Amino acid sequence: MAKQVQQLDRVVIRFAGDSGDGMQLAGDQFTSETAVFGNDLSTLPNFPAEIRAPAGTLPGVSSFQLHFADHEITTPGDAPDVLVAMNPAALKANLPDLPAGRDIIVNSDEFSARNLAKVGYASNPLDNDALDSWRVHKVALTSMTIEALKDTGLGKKEAARAKNMFALGLLSWMYHRPTDGTLRFLEKKFAKLPQVAAANVAAFRAGWNYGETTESFGVSYEIKPAVMKPGVYRNISGNLALSYGLIAASRRSGLPLFLGAYPITPASDILHELSKHKAFGVRTFQAEDEIAGIGAALGAAFGGALAVTTTSGPGLALKSETIGLAVSLELPLVICDIQRGGPSTGLPTKTEQTDLLQAMFGRNGEAPVPIVAAQSPGDCFDAAIEAVRIALTYRTPVFLLSDGYLANGSEPWSIPDLDRLPQLTADFAVATDEPFLPYERDPETLARPWAVPGTAGLEHRIGGLEKADKTGEISYDPANHALMVGLRQSKVDRIAQSIPPLQVDDPSGVARVVVLGWGSTHGVIDAACHRVRRRGIPVAQLHLRHLNPFPADLGGLLRSYDRVVLPELNLGQLALLLRARYLVDVIGINQVSGMPFRAADLEDSLWDILQGVDT
Amino acid sequence: MSLDSVSLDVDLRALAGVPKTEVAQKAKDFKTDQEVRWCPGCGDYVILAAVQGFLPELGLRRENIVFVSGIGCSSRFPYYMNTFGLHSIHGRAPAIASGLAASRPDLSVWVVTGDGDALSIGGNHLIHALRRNVNLTILLFNNRIYGLTKGQYSPTSEIGKITKSTPMGSLDFPFNPVSVALGAEATFVARTIDSDRAHLTSVLRAAAAHEGTALVEIYQNCNIFNDGAFDSLKDPETRGQWLIPLEHDAPIRFGADGSLCVVRRDGDLCVVRTDSVDAAEVVVHDAEADNPSLAFALSRLPGQDLRYTPVGVFRSVRRPTYDRLMADQIAQAELTGDADLGALLRGQDTWTVPATASA
Ligand code: SF4
Repeated sequence: MAKQVQQLDRVVIRFAGDSGDGMQLAGDQFTSETAVFGNDLSTLPNFPAEIRAPAGTLPGVSSFQLHFADHEITTPGDAPDVLVAMNPAALKANLPDLPAGRDIIVNSDEFSARNLAKVGYASNPLDNDALDSWRVHKVALTSMTIEALKDTGLGKKEAARAKNMFALGLLSWMYHRPTDGTLRFLEKKFAKLPQVAAANVAAFRAGWNYGETTESFGVSYEIKPAVMKPGVYRNISGNLALSYGLIAASRRSGLPLFLGAYPITPASDILHELSKHKAFGVRTFQAEDEIAGIGAALGAAFGGALAVTTTSGPGLALKSETIGLAVSLELPLVICDIQRGGPSTGLPTKTEQTDLLQAMFGRNGEAPVPIVAAQSPGDCFDAAIEAVRIALTYRTPVFLLSDGYLANGSEPWSIPDLDRLPQLTADFAVATDEPFLPYERDPETLARPWAVPGTAGLEHRIGGLEKADKTGEISYDPANHALMVGLRQSKVDRIAQSIPPLQVDDPSGVARVVVLGWGSTHGVIDAACHRVRRRGIPVAQLHLRHLNPFPADLGGLLRSYDRVVLPELNLGQLALLLRARYLVDVIGINQVSGMPFRAADLEDSLWDILQGVDT
Repeated sequence: MSLDSVSLDVDLRALAGVPKTEVAQKAKDFKTDQEVRWCPGCGDYVILAAVQGFLPELGLRRENIVFVSGIGCSSRFPYYMNTFGLHSIHGRAPAIASGLAASRPDLSVWVVTGDGDALSIGGNHLIHALRRNVNLTILLFNNRIYGLTKGQYSPTSEIGKITKSTPMGSLDFPFNPVSVALGAEATFVARTIDSDRAHLTSVLRAAAAHEGTALVEIYQNCNIFNDGAFDSLKDPETRGQWLIPLEHDAPIRFGADGSLCVVRRDGDLCVVRTDSVDAAEVVVHDAEADNPSLAFALSRLPGQDLRYTPVGVFRSVRRPTYDRLMADQIAQAELTGDADLGALLRGQDTWTVPATASA
């Protein structure tokens, strides 16, 4: 039977199932196939904090959304075109997001009376008219997987576990994905369990073949590769890019990388990744707690390492005192905060931008710390290098803000040319004939010397007590304290001089409204701005990498617009800072749901605001 | 019996990676020009003098020695040592020193802490440093009181202690630092007293020679807020009867002419008159025993009044150090692995967009 092939320019697929169903794995693999195929893409993994929430329940549902297209895209998509639902819970939890008329591929085997009851379905929605508004494909995924694997020698229960690969095979057929990568991946992942590897491969092939032969799927789809800037690409997640950025910075600066960390979601993957790269001289120290994680890093910084600590909001709260010490010691230290929903333990696996004010002010005393933020998964690489640059140049702790969405989401990444990475220098102090002054400052940057142990003639003692200017000796003198507070602030302020001029994106050149953003909202703000422009209203877009200090030209730029609109995944934290600093009336669009903005929602909010502006 | 007879073989394996000085050092080389600001008569002075007097023996380059401290009276120590020094924050010195020592095997890293700093606010870091066994020497000045905050009871104060914060007596049971350290898998644990310079020095020597985390509890008199806390161990009248100097591989006898000794009774250690038992019954100290139970039992001997306090090295065993294992893993990875940054960034699956396809 010759099947119809339809051309599409973009698709959003959501895989949804139980936490134990392997949806993240299936999603990741589909993403890899899609990346290698050359589509532009953006992903949104969404999973519960529990490792195995009770099977078949709504809280246990885990999903993975992937948006891919033949053109440049910047968000994981607002709503799925296709929902793959592995059980009644996955169907029920995700149906509200699915517009009418879209496709549902559902594992009909799991719709037993018991599973239906678990999620409060009085009757089977596959048998009544509940799903009439959608195009439903009932697929007996579990039993077909078991059937396909009957010769592998695996028991039914074990065989059934490969049903995610059956689903992946079916979807791979539907969207003409290249399969070599997945087959190679499975062989490698289960190299020590050849039987399991063979079973997964068989399930994947069975899913593909089922698509090809069954009459339930009459159409398959083609989405041409996207036109992208020339280069060599790979798919990369934010935590991976951040880890690579730190390794690259270690290489460029010639300093050994030292990570002191305590496991915390969603930052732990950076610890996992860096611990694999000992060949690059990377030392990872899994400490007894968050405080010891940063303490060990600060100790390593004193010893001349490129020191890093990684955490998320609750961990950052614990690190505050040590960050204050780092401010006082004026040593380079990169603090990566992969933000998640708060307060307290909050929503460990969800995303928010709610730590900005904690990073800015969460310490006793006047303790300024520079802040840089990453704006996309791939951008975590550059943001990490920029954080290191500031830390080394100005001898200061630096915050690198990422979040759960960037950490786990992925996108195609143009692999950078190594020779074009910024040159980073450590410039350790050396002894001279003069007595050594540990707090003598570079006249330009106000940085103090980094005098590492092992250097004869530079023996010195420093600590968290206020220090006398230049000598670093303990001083309780009022005038000296005022001077030192001012110097530490000025040093951070001077970083602004090293920040390149801001680039505003305004294709019309006449926009009267600027949409400002920071961090992971870049992609969705970009999408919303495009849509508003297409509807006929010019808007400018500006995204900030540096949140402390602000770029020198920011104030003038903001004042040059009639309105400044600022979408943030918090209750207005950057808006508060900007209003205080520039007396600019920033209009916030705020969402604190643990989920990223949807482009359509943002478009609507922007549109409403723009209606009140004379453009 | 003299207390300065404590000795273990000092091979400086622990300091093998630390560069040696070519010029002979004197105690004064380790003094700074800072005015020492402890209260006159404080036990900290003698400990400082002992450390400064002993360090030249090690013959290490001054610039390769680092003293790290937390907060408290004792934690001012680094300011008075002409080495590298880091006066950090309350309780965190073991964590900070661990990061430094783990990343710089060429340094001799010392932690100076007190009973409040190490056992109260920093208790977690102390126990983990001990089990981790990074090459560090921790000097815990135990004065059984909070000095710098002006006299509250500490986690080593005897129960019922009347202080500013406990006018009717403290309610919580104290820690025995040696027992804590042994329970935390420490590879080296010793105790000494500020008033006995020779014993203090011999214990420091053994601690410095130890490869791994060494904990030295130093009984230190705070003459302002807890004066005389250890007088029963210093007073010539009681000292001989109450203080038990430990020597590795020697029968544990003490008192005038060894008139008292330690024996085992019903599984417990107890003190009896030496002439009341068979010589073979006297417990022989073994600091190098793999099993820490004898050391632990010895640490439990004294009562709250400090009667029968053992001093010297309780435990000294070899276990690979964290920093060495970490360095070994890195060396091994560097040998077998490929540190090609370009290859790392490219990963397994790449695709190329040719220049002609440019938009
Ligand atoms: S308060 Fe006590 S411990 Fe502190 S310096 Fe004075 S005497 Fe020494």
